[in-house]
Amino acid sequence: MTRGRRWRVVVLAIAAVYFLLPLLAAAEFSLRSPGGGYGLANWLAIVSDPVLLAALGTSLQIAVVTAVVVLALVVPTAVWVRLQLPGLAGVLESATILPIVIPPVVMAAGIAFVQANLGGPVFPALFASSTTALTPFYVILALPFAYRAVDNGLAAIPLRTLVEAARNLGAGLPTALLRVVLPVIRSAVLGAAFLTLALVLGEIVIARILLYTDTFPVAIVEVGRSRAGVAVALSLASLLITWVLLLAVSLAGGRRSPADRASS
Amino acid sequence: MSSAAAGSAAGSGGAAVEFRGIRRSYGSTHALAGLDLALRPGELLALLGPSGCGKTTALRLLAGFDRPTAGQVLIGGRDVTDVPASRRDTGMVFQAYSLFPTMTATENVAFGLRMRKVGAAERRRRAGELLELVGLGDRGGSYPHQLSGGQQQRVALARALAVAPTVLLLDEPLSALDARVRVQLRDEIRRLQLAEGITTLFVTHDQSEALAIADRVAVLNAGRLEQVAPPQEVYGSPATAFVAAFVGVVNRLAAVPDGPGRVRVLGASAALDGPHADTVIVRPEALTVGAADGVDGVGEPGTVVTRTFLGAVTRLVVATAHGEVTVDAVTRPGLPDAGEPTVVRLDTARVRAAT
Repeated sequence: MTRGRRWRVVVLAIAAVYFLLPLLAAAEFSLRSPGGGYGLANWLAIVSDPVLLAALGTSLQIAVVTAVVVLALVVPTAVWVRLQLPGLAGVLESATILPIVIPPVVMAAGIAFVQANLGGPVFPALFASSTTALTPFYVILALPFAYRAVDNGLAAIPLRTLVEAARNLGAGLPTALLRVVLPVIRSAVLGAAFLTLALVLGEIVIARILLYTDTFPVAIVEVGRSRAGVAVALSLASLLITWVLLLAVSLAGGRRSPADRASS
Repeated sequence: MSSAAAGSAAGSGGAAVEFRGIRRSYGSTHALAGLDLALRPGELLALLGPSGCGKTTALRLLAGFDRPTAGQVLIGGRDVTDVPASRRDTGMVFQAYSLFPTMTATENVAFGLRMRKVGAAERRRRAGELLELVGLGDRGGSYPHQLSGGQQQRVALARALAVAPTVLLLDEPLSALDARVRVQLRDEIRRLQLAEGITTLFVTHDQSEALAIADRVAVLNAGRLEQVAPPQEVYGSPATAFVAAFVGVVNRLAAVPDGPGRVRVLGASAALDGPHADTVIVRPEALTVGAADGVDGVGEPGTVVTRTFLGAVTRLVVATAHGEVTVDAVTRPGLPDAGEPTVVRLDTARVRAAT
């Protein structure tokens, strides 16, 4: 083994211990039974707790709606900018960074302040449920990440040629986008969707400031105050959900065509 | 340009495609400065010119991907200037990478038919037929990345032809291919074009490509037509200095009067059509080198500067009293080497007045 290789193994081992040890400790802790010994009590508590399940359902619903809205906004915009307004690409790039630069707390505090001064929500119907109230904020939060992902996907393909070829063959612009461009940038779009899901499933600041306590991340924190073991099991569970989603996205994105597999 | 006007006027009336006074400006730059050009039904017209001359702009205007600043585009006598690209009924082959990556060759070829609401069975049949026509009958299930560059362009050609378009547009479809495949596919395009009898506009910067397969060549420079004529005429009687220099290699030589209708060039006397010219153009293949005791015993002595073996011919640059001349001599033993003295001799029937 060369000197360089040895070092690589050492560094990898240290990194693995650093990342895995807390997870293993958490797993061990989550498996401790309240009365002593080990058991699945904390994990079973997750699935048997109606509040937690409802919160997970709410968050997934927000996540899906947010992802759909974000993609509906981002994909046509990114394509349009690349095809028709390439000069605007720089401006849009800066604009998409804004939500990262401005912390979510500023946005949430701002809207809370406005509502307090007006004596209630500006659009009561919108703020009646957490899904309708939080989705607009999450859309704004997710926009920069989704735009980057989709735009990078578009940069990697001969977009103009593909669209022109489709139009030349009789397809209108919407058809060209749906039938030709979207399948080609599928992995980028899935990546954007995944980033959005992950963001929504981890967002806590805005939800808490605006007092929507029925989302999954907020529920984890609430549970943690009274039942530490369940909270840790929940954290691990959400980590697992994220990994499964990531795996699903990379499998779907990297999936090769049937003919491809047959020939290789 | 008088010859350009003549070229376009010849096609009007029964023209399949017509550019009428087309101008296209981007700010202060004029990509096309008043293009008048007509394609006759069934002909293959090559639009030839250096990069930036406006040839691709013309093609894109015809396809409907761009709109002219002024002027009209007509297809089959119908003004299509305001018709969107998807309803122009043109079939286009792009430079490269235009096949839809997530579709098989068959699906690519069938795409246009699908857009025209042709039934699935009929689409498959027609796609198979066209893939067969371009020699890829057995590759219908392949995805673009599984095909070579040449095969991809064949599929693109089949895809363009599948919808039976009024006019076929070829945007430098061979430029991304290697030399051997390029010649092969070039000839195949011509064969298919003749077989289908489809009016074709072929944009290229490669003069050998244009001369090889076109019925007529339109030479474009800086947004203006320089000449529209059959390949032999463009090569043999270039209408402008630009055409002479762009299409093939040319020697521009000083000429002195030598009696009525004749000039003296490189030690020989040649007849000239039209009025006297101070400068004449001579193609390298109209010159040869050898001992002074050859035909007529006339010639211009000089010294070989460089010798380049090109296969069937050897290109010699010879320094003479009239400057350097380029000679394409048929390759044979005994050609002089660089630094050796020689005599340049002229085929006097192939001297043209420079314009």
